[in-house]
Amino acid sequence: MEESKTDARAKLAEHAYRIRRNALLMGEVQGQGYIGQALDIADVLAVSYFGAMNYRPEDPEWEERDRFLLSNGHYAIALYAALIEAGIIPQAELETYGSDDSRLPMSGMASYTPGMEMSGGSLGQGLTIAVGRGLGLKRKGSKAFVYTLFSDGELDEGAIWEGLMSAAHWKLDNLIAIVDVNNQQADGPSSQIMAFEPLTEKMEAFGWFTQRIDGNDLDAVIAAFDAARNHPGEQPRMIIADTRMGCGVPFLEAREKNHFIRVDAHEWQLALEALEAGRQA
Amino acid sequence: MSSTVTSKPKLKTSAMIASIAGEGQRTTAAPFGHALVKLAAERPEIVGMTADLAKYTDLHIFAQAYPERFYQMGMAEQLLMGAAAGMAHEGAIPFVTTYAVFATRRAYDFMHQTIAEDNLNVKIACALPGLTTGYGPSHQAAEDLALMRAMPGMMVIDPCDALDIEQMVPAVAVHKGPVYMRLLRGNVPAVLDEYDYRFELGKAKLIRDGRDVLVISSGIMTMRALEVAKELAADRVDVAVLHVPTIKPLDTSTILREAGRSGRLVVVAENHTTIGGLGEAVGTELLRAGVTPQFRQIALPDAFLDAGALPTLHDRYGISTSVMATTIKSWLG
Ligand SMILES: Cc1ncc(C[n+]2csc(CCOP(=O)(O)OP(=O)(O)O)c2C)c(N)n1
Ligand SMILES: [Mg+2]
Repeated sequence: MEESKTDARAKLAEHAYRIRRNALLMGEVQGQGYIGQALDIADVLAVSYFGAMNYRPEDPEWEERDRFLLSNGHYAIALYAALIEAGIIPQAELETYGSDDSRLPMSGMASYTPGMEMSGGSLGQGLTIAVGRGLGLKRKGSKAFVYTLFSDGELDEGAIWEGLMSAAHWKLDNLIAIVDVNNQQADGPSSQIMAFEPLTEKMEAFGWFTQRIDGNDLDAVIAAFDAARNHPGEQPRMIIADTRMGCGVPFLEAREKNHFIRVDAHEWQLALEALEAGRQA
Repeated sequence: MSSTVTSKPKLKTSAMIASIAGEGQRTTAAPFGHALVKLAAERPEIVGMTADLAKYTDLHIFAQAYPERFYQMGMAEQLLMGAAAGMAHEGAIPFVTTYAVFATRRAYDFMHQTIAEDNLNVKIACALPGLTTGYGPSHQAAEDLALMRAMPGMMVIDPCDALDIEQMVPAVAVHKGPVYMRLLRGNVPAVLDEYDYRFELGKAKLIRDGRDVLVISSGIMTMRALEVAKELAADRVDVAVLHVPTIKPLDTSTILREAGRSGRLVVVAENHTTIGGLGEAVGTELLRAGVTPQFRQIALPDAFLDAGALPTLHDRYGISTSVMATTIKSWLG
């Protein structure tokens, strides 16, 4: 029993590594991309796609699948990395990232990409769709979950708080939201742009079963997703994930924080090597 | 593994921030930010407000110069507009910035109800107007002019280049009432200083005369029209360019005068959908006045536009210089 648990953890760590690697390879294709964010959210995506969600890679629209709504569309590079790892997008398509007529545009859009359930980019919309998906699944008697990922910058948008209130009102126990608190948004550190703490207390006051974790501690992420799925209460579930931009590539993590982390042309290979070194360690 | 540049052809990117400057084109850095800083020295009632996009609208220049007059409202566009209205009620002149899509689509009702209906002195400057990013529909404001024209009391401006922006900023501050301005940010092309031109609020300006074609244009399409005119001159086609930076209120008398000169094909060129922008505005005025030249539109289609590299998309949708030149030539037969 204990044995299989460590096996499972090792597998998830490997998936997280490969998601980070896919993201770096895509960043290298374009010489840019939201790589700091992709590296910070890789552990959450690994656990979502390999420890929590039900889906069929060969049939991304399988009716009984769990839905994953990426609200922060600029994190598309991260989700593509996970969808490739999950076998929903062929590995070979990684080369086309962000290019003309690719299925992997730089901002996530449902009409372009298998497994992309919504068009993000206009931030603050994902949770509202998730509420509707949750209601719609319940209407159909479906047992599927709706996962939605949004970012700390999105907390500034009024629509997020409309969604938070509504999900609790409708007792959406099939809704699991993850907010990536990397303390960064376009103009600077999120906590300075618009003070959002105390976040746990706010979410609880809004009626959500709330956990706050280190989003780059794989064990904590695994435990939080288990608890979110198995929580008995008739209420929506929130995972507040504090993350570190650039996580997994020490020299990027140490770099001055920015919405766009600067990566020089020769550094993509160095980043891949640093990631690889961390995997062996 | 080698980290040097390989022989692989450079892929074309759908990145959000794409420069509209052509290769080797002269540019001016952050004309909006610098013009606002200059103006603010004389106008203490000016404040700057943004929704987490100071760096991406050149308002950071103002924020650095006047930190105590800069208000970071967070990524909350509805709040941005409502709070700007409140500020204006209390005597400030807010210059507010975000991307065109988020002002016009996310916060439309807030601009309509809190700002325009009370005729408040709020100046809304929006980056990524029309099709100026390859990021897809979430960031492409193909219909911003239609939306803003439809709002009563709202002045609407579509500047061409750095010079237009520098002269527009003090002009809109003098105007009493709300203004929506399309904004070019970063390294902005400098074009109009080569001509005998000055920005005047509410005025259309003939930048170049010509016998065969009259292009009526705004924004970056004026820059394109001037390039087309040079290109077609080689084919002995004489193209006039009438620049209409103020879309609302429209300078109807100048437009009627120029479009009424007989024998010219009239082409309205705009970085906007065919619906509700400069083309329809001009067409309506011409019909009302009984002026009926041969009339054509160069504009974006009524569709959700693709993601992709900006030059690819400008070609695809017919607003690049080369496609525009070909199109106009085909109309001349
Ligand atoms: C409604 C809306 N307003 C503004 C933007 C422009 N924008 C893109 S990303 C971003 C920052 C959002 O915060 P977050 O996702 O936390 O940033 P990150 O962690 O990626 O740095 C902003 C303001 C947007 N995409 N949507
Ligand atoms: Mg963030």
